[in-house]
Amino acid sequence: MSLIVEVRDLHYVFEDGTEALRGVDFTLRAGATVALLGPNGSGKTTFALHLNGLLRPSRGTVTIDDMEVTDQHLRAIRRKVGLVFQDSDNQLFMPTALEDVAFAPLAAGLTPDEAAAKAIEALRLVGMEQKSGKAPWHLSSGEKKRVAIAGILASDPKLLVLDEPTTFLDPPGQRSLAALLSTLPQAKILITHDMPFARALATEAVFFQSGRIVARGPVDEIVERFEW
Amino acid sequence: MRHARLELWSRGTSFAHRRHPAAKITAALIVLVSIATLRPVHWRVALAYFVFLTAMTASARLPILRVHLAATAVLPFALVFAVLSLAAGTPERGLAIIARAWLSALTTVLLMATTTQPDLLAGLESLHAPRFLLQVMQFLYRYLLVLVEEAGAMRDAAASRAGTVGVLEFRRAAGAAGVLFGRAWTRANAIHQAMAARGFTGQIPRFRVFRFHPADLAFLVAVAGPVVALRFIAG
Repeated sequence: MSLIVEVRDLHYVFEDGTEALRGVDFTLRAGATVALLGPNGSGKTTFALHLNGLLRPSRGTVTIDDMEVTDQHLRAIRRKVGLVFQDSDNQLFMPTALEDVAFAPLAAGLTPDEAAAKAIEALRLVGMEQKSGKAPWHLSSGEKKRVAIAGILASDPKLLVLDEPTTFLDPPGQRSLAALLSTLPQAKILITHDMPFARALATEAVFFQSGRIVARGPVDEIVERFEW
Repeated sequence: MRHARLELWSRGTSFAHRRHPAAKITAALIVLVSIATLRPVHWRVALAYFVFLTAMTASARLPILRVHLAATAVLPFALVFAVLSLAAGTPERGLAIIARAWLSALTTVLLMATTTQPDLLAGLESLHAPRFLLQVMQFLYRYLLVLVEEAGAMRDAAASRAGTVGVLEFRRAAGAAGVLFGRAWTRANAIHQAMAARGFTGQIPRFRVFRFHPADLAFLVAVAGPVVALRFIAG
């Protein structure tokens, strides 16, 4: 299978001089699922934000589906890489679930009717079509997460990047989310501290430490090696 | 929360809710100008406007008392000027300031309670309001809510440790304002990242396309007609 993500020698330094990433090399094949593990502040989220160009490398390259993340490819890359943020409240900003999910298709230039059709299909995929007219703040945490994922799926991405997707979810919500994600064909990168969730979905894991990937392998092996 | 209530009201399905936002904005502007030009001796006209706006609230199937209460948010500011007028020996002018401020606020609340925020911006756009101004408005609205939510979260956190936290105690908390803006900035940044990640390039796309129907013109005439007529009759 072809590579959907190829990251070479990625460095990132914040404005205050903090070196968040120190030479990360990473690849992911289309359709594969990997869990990013590691302590808080080890660079996992900073790494993820590079994948759809929200942050730009201080050094190194990020290539998505054979397109380097540059200004020239930014719009196409943002359609290919769907980022699901930790706090769904930050992600949902339109008055209704339907309008929120339709945001990306509209931004991509689809007509309101086409965008609505895409949004309804994405809501159906995550089992939320009945709540399409609801305001996001009237939804439960699990429902918000599903709508946030629908908002990403509406762009037909090739890669889903989920940052702490089980945060704010109760155990049934976590299981339900894992079941939903396991049905989606896209490649997935899961940033998580939730090991049962990582085991349920990912075939392998990478371990971040001080801005570097220090190990990659089967989830159980990584968990055991780092006593995670 | 007040903003959540307004958003909830704005998604109603009454005749007023379904009208073109430009028609509602134009009608509201005409009402506001009529109210602003009322003189202190026009108290009967002010009363008629109050009845008219209350009837509109009812016809839009909105909770009358709550809408009236929402409009009182401006009274503390108006009261300052009213007290100054009272001190200057012109109490009727002071009362007129309060009446005009409250009726204007009621008109604005009615507009916002019958029009969703994106539709309101779409209406202003169709009235050729400057695009830059509209973008500032849409971000101001989104981030103002962030600021309100963060202030609420900080107040709850303080209250949970201190029993109760009144406005004065909250203000006294050293650095609270700085922390509030810091937190709000962090969240605003997260929201902007989430928007950019989904293709936001400076303008929130419109989900609905509005067309001006004869019913919108009828609405505009039905609202503006009596208001302007009353204003001219009053002289």
